[in-house]
This record gives sequence, structure tokens and C-alpha cells, in this order.
Amino acid sequence: MIDILNALALLANFVIVPALAYGSQLALGALGVTMIYAVLRFSNFAHGETMSFGAMISVLSTWGLQEAGITIGSLPTALLALPISIVATVCVCLLSDRLIYRYYRTQKAAPVTYLIISVGVLFILSGVIRFIIGPKDQIFADGQRFILKARAFKEMTGLDQGLAIKTTQGVTVITAVVIVALLFWFLNQTRTGKSMRAYSDNEELALLSGINPARVVMITWIITGALAAIAGTLYGLDKGYKPFTYLGLVLPIFSAAIVGGVGNPVGAIFGGFVIAFSEMLLTFAYKRVIAYLTPGEWVPDGLMQLLATDYKLAVSFVILVIVLLIKPTGMFSGKTL
Amino acid sequence: MRKLLIALFSGAMLTATASAEDVKIGIILGFTGPIESLTPDMAAGAELAIAEVNGGGKFMGGSKVTGIRGDSTCVDSAAAQATAERLVTSDKVNAIMGADCSGVTGAILANVAMANGVVMISPSATSPGLSTAEDNGLFFRTAPSDARQGQVVAEILKDRGFMNAAITYTNNDYGKGLADSIESNFKAVGGTVTINTSHEEGKGDYSAEVAALAQAGGDILIVAGYLDQGGKAIIQSSLDTGAFDIFYLPDGMIGDSLPAAIGDGLNGSIGDVPGTDSPGAAMFVELAAKAGFKGDGPFSPESYDAAALIMLAMQAAGSTNSQDFKSKVMDVANAPGKKVFPGDLSAALEYIAAGGEVDYVGASAVELIGPGESAGSYREILVDGGKNTTVGFR
Repeated sequence: MIDILNALALLANFVIVPALAYGSQLALGALGVTMIYAVLRFSNFAHGETMSFGAMISVLSTWGLQEAGITIGSLPTALLALPISIVATVCVCLLSDRLIYRYYRTQKAAPVTYLIISVGVLFILSGVIRFIIGPKDQIFADGQRFILKARAFKEMTGLDQGLAIKTTQGVTVITAVVIVALLFWFLNQTRTGKSMRAYSDNEELALLSGINPARVVMITWIITGALAAIAGTLYGLDKGYKPFTYLGLVLPIFSAAIVGGVGNPVGAIFGGFVIAFSEMLLTFAYKRVIAYLTPGEWVPDGLMQLLATDYKLAVSFVILVIVLLIKPTGMFSGKTL
Repeated sequence: MRKLLIALFSGAMLTATASAEDVKIGIILGFTGPIESLTPDMAAGAELAIAEVNGGGKFMGGSKVTGIRGDSTCVDSAAAQATAERLVTSDKVNAIMGADCSGVTGAILANVAMANGVVMISPSATSPGLSTAEDNGLFFRTAPSDARQGQVVAEILKDRGFMNAAITYTNNDYGKGLADSIESNFKAVGGTVTINTSHEEGKGDYSAEVAALAQAGGDILIVAGYLDQGGKAIIQSSLDTGAFDIFYLPDGMIGDSLPAAIGDGLNGSIGDVPGTDSPGAAMFVELAAKAGFKGDGPFSPESYDAAALIMLAMQAAGSTNSQDFKSKVMDVANAPGKKVFPGDLSAALEYIAAGGEVDYVGASAVELIGPGESAGSYREILVDGGKNTTVGFR
């Protein structure tokens, strides 16, 4: 029995807890991508850099707050900086729409044109970020580092295996749950949310029934900007802010959105966790887990690892290909909100 | 036509002599990238040697030397080659002090230095692969090969009673060469390597890598990476999950920024970095303090020595042309001759001009062996009280 508990603690420490946090970050990112796709009908490759921009504003405001001596005890100060970051990121999104995307919308440009434009926006944003904060890593997490320390867990339970939960991991998951709940309430219960869903479902019909398209587009950008700022900040808080890594995050985010069914919010969340858990489960070495679960003292010679960790990114590709082959619309048939 | 060619040729000779008045040395180091916290002191070391030579006025009948900095990025071979190409063809440097990381150094050597016939002396490229790389006699290093570091690591681990180790290395020439050298040497002294696996630089998250390392287990984790990027993240993640408590830090991981970033969790970890207890090291620290930088930082003495060797070899050959002075580098670095320490460069130049022979000892007790690389002595490091402390020499 104790062996089974040890195996569970081991899995929780190295797979379940990190995958939950990573999955929440991916889910929030994928929600942003999916919102843009559902309403504006294009794949926004600049979303990773938008997240990076939001995280950067959080870093800068956190420093400002720390300077002023404002903190929130054991929680990271970045949570207080989040509203500032959301406002700034929303402004950037609205500005990019006003200056760039709106022009092409009046031209009724093809989705592929939008896609290329979003790559252009990506380069501009990443240039701005490097100009403001530079290419170096920034650590801005403060407060208490752990909710549960590995050693404390061992002493508490008497198990051989430790379980560590970082404050940032806890904050990430809880924030993600709150944000997703708010988003679903907004989309399903409010008049504005319903008009967005109508617009996404059938644009012409929505226009005929008197929905203002400019307003729907604006609200979509506001929601996307807010989601990006939150996702970017949580990711930076959990793993340290590195401006370069957000570009690499675009691939798993798109995989998550497409696996779940692009344009479908439930699918985006589901996809985020599918990608995160597959990356972690497929590259984990099960040597000790198997040793605990088999009777006796036998320990496998090899690492019992399905894929080397170098192939982590390839996992999202493979899942993407499989889903596109079997169910091209994604697991929760996408296209509308 | 023949006359014209002769005229052109003598013209070219004339310009060559004329440019000897202003000698340029390229200083190619990774001012951005995963060892960016080390390179300012390395460049300062090389520039100190140049300033010393200029101050004495004894170099090549009063020639001035200028150092020109270029960014190697440490990891991006294409960017490093472009930098080297620019320094060689447009700034017309006579020799290169650099590069720093093994991969970019090999790339510059193969594609720029050999193509243009320029001598390069690296202060910090330690990959064993560079010992056998084709170099037309143009490449030297004041850093030892990692084949030697592997032996030192194995000895330190054994002496401290660690017989079970996991290894993670940065996925490039430096990391792979060092990890393999450590593994074979550690096995030779009876140790067990539970896993020897790579990590990529510049990723956001290393929890999967750490998970695999943790499952393989071991008393100590050897992190053959870089202190400002992946290496640091792996250590942080290992401490967070309780996967490892003690780390072994080879030369790429030694620097003040690492204990400062990790904090108390790093106390008790051990490591090594090229270094010596020869009197030259202390002299260099003093000179560096006067010049306003840290002279005991990793590879800073080696950088001073690399620049000094270039200028001494030029003086010995009486030429700033790489083809002429490349054969003199080993002569000035090794016995016989008058021993030269940091601060003695002007006297040494004068002595060479008068026809004497020198044996450059410098800040890192330079002794070039085999294909022109340092024989290698190391400082043994223990992280104690949030600082890297030297506990011995190997």
C-alpha cells in the first residue's frame, strides 16, 4: 500500500502538478487564439508575443509596486500588477486592430492575408519588447516560494517521495479556473456575450438582427488582450520571464486550440490539458514508478521512458497530425463560440 | 604586365609594412547569450594586456595595438562567423583573441580563420574536439581541453565520496565533449553514471528534463551547461522538486551570478574552473583591481594570456602577419627562456627585441602542449555561504 502511495506522490510531483500548471497556461493562451479565430476568422500568430508583452508590463509594474513597498504578503506582487498589465495589453490589441487589422477588414481580405499580417505584428511586438525590457531573463516572482515543500511533505506523510507545490503553480491553476468561469458566464449569460456568439455563428444573420459588428470586434480584442496578459504573466511567474520563450509557446498553444476544435472555448481548455499531459506523460521516465508498483525489490534496468525529453515539442505536432487526420474539426467540433 | 604585377606586389608589401604601425586584435566573445555575465571581465583581461603593451611603447618599434570587440553570442555559429568575417575583412584584424564557446570557436576557425589565414587564440573553448580539428597551425587555446577536465571532475567526485552521478549537458560541442569525458573518466575510477542526457538552451521550462534525471537518480547532479541559462534553470527546478540537493558545476557553471540567483540551495555544491596557484594569478588579480575589474573571474586570466601571447609572438617573429608569427606562439609560451609574469609584458617585448627567448607564464601558468592547448590546472570550488570559494588546486 505504501508503495502505491509512493508511486502516486512521485507521479504527482513530477508529472501531475507541473502538467496542471502548464496545461492552465496553455488553456488560457489557446482561449485567446480561439476567440480571435471564432470572431475574426484568422489564426493570430502574434498571440505569443502579446502574452510576452503582457508579462513584460507585469514585470515592470511589479518592480514599481515593490519599489513603493506595496506587496501582498505571501502571494506574488505580480497579481496586483495584473490589472495594469491587462489594461496595457488590451490597449496594444485595440491599437493593432485600429491601425492594421481594421484596414484589411474593410478590404475583406482573405484569412491567409490576416495570418501573414499577424506574423508582421509578431515581429513588431517582439522588437518593441526587446527595445523596452531587453532580451535578458527577469525574475519577478516574490512572496512565499512554496505552498508545500518536498521535504515537509516527506516528514508529514512519512513517504519516501516528496511532493512540492510552488505558490506560482497554485496561483496559476486557481487564476485559470476563475478566469475561465468568468469567460463562460460572460459568453452565456450577458447580452454582449450572446451577441458575440451570434456574430460568430452567423455573421450576416447577426448583422440583420442589429448587432453592431465594430462593437463585437472591439470586445473580442479586449477579451483576447486580457487573456493574453493573464496567461503571459502566469507563465512568466511560474517559469521566469524570458522574452524569447513566448515565440516557442505559439506551437503548443495552436496545437491545443486545434486539438480541442478551433473556435470552441471548451475545446481550447480541453486541448491545453491534453497537450500538457501528453508532453509530460510521454517523456516521463517510469523507472521508479514501476519499481514501486511491482512486488519485491526489482528495479528496471532502463529508464522506462517512451520518448527522450528532446522530443517534447514533437509530441504536440504528432497529436496535431493525428487529430487532423481522424477528426479535422477537433474533438469538440469547432468554428463557433 | 609583369612590371605591373611587380609594382602591385611591392605596393601590397608597402601597405603591409605601413599597417604594422597600427596592429589590431579582434576580441570575439559572447557579450550576449548564455555566458554574458562572464565576458565583460574576459574582454577586460585581454584589453588590459593590450593597454600594458601600448603603455610601454616597446612593441614592434613603437606600434600601437587596438582591440576590437565582436559578439560571438556563444551559441549561434552563423552570427559568430559573420562577426569574425567583419573583423577580419573590414576591420582587418591581425589576430583574434577568441572565441569563447567551443561550437562557435570551431565554426570561426573552420570558416573564417583558416580561409583568411588568421591566428586565433581562445581563452575558454574547451571541447576535446578542437584538439584534433584541422587548423593549419593557426589555432591555440590558453584553456585546457575537457579531456583533462573530465579527469579532474572524476578525481574530485571520488575524493568527496560521490560514486553515483547523473549528468545533464547543454546540447552542443562543449557540453557533449565534457559530458562524455566526465562519464568515461568517472567510470574508470569506479563511479556509476545513472544517466547522461542533454538539455537545450533558452527553453522556458525544464521540468520534464529534471523529471527524467530524478528518476535515474544519483547522489549528485553534474550540470555541464551554462550558468546564465539552461544550467541555472535545471538547478532551480531540481531544488524545487527535491530531485537533487547537491550539484557538480564544471567550468561553464562557475560565476558569481549563479549562487546569487539560486541562493542557499546551492550551498554544499562543488565544482571546478581552470585556475592556478602560481604567483602570476595573484599578480593578475592585483593588476585587474587597479584597472577596475575582477581578475579571479572565470577565464579572465586566460584572456589576458591569450592577448599577451599574440603580441609576444608577433614581436618574436618581427611581423604582424599570421603566417609569420603562428609558429612563434609555442616558442614564447614554453620553456626555455626568461619567465614572464603579468605586468612584465613591456620588459619581455624589449628582451625579445634584443634577441632573447621568453617562457610566458602569465596569469594562468601557461604551458602549451600537443596541438597548442593549455596543459590545464584547475581550481576546486565549493559553494559556501552563497559564494564560490576555492578549496584547492588540481
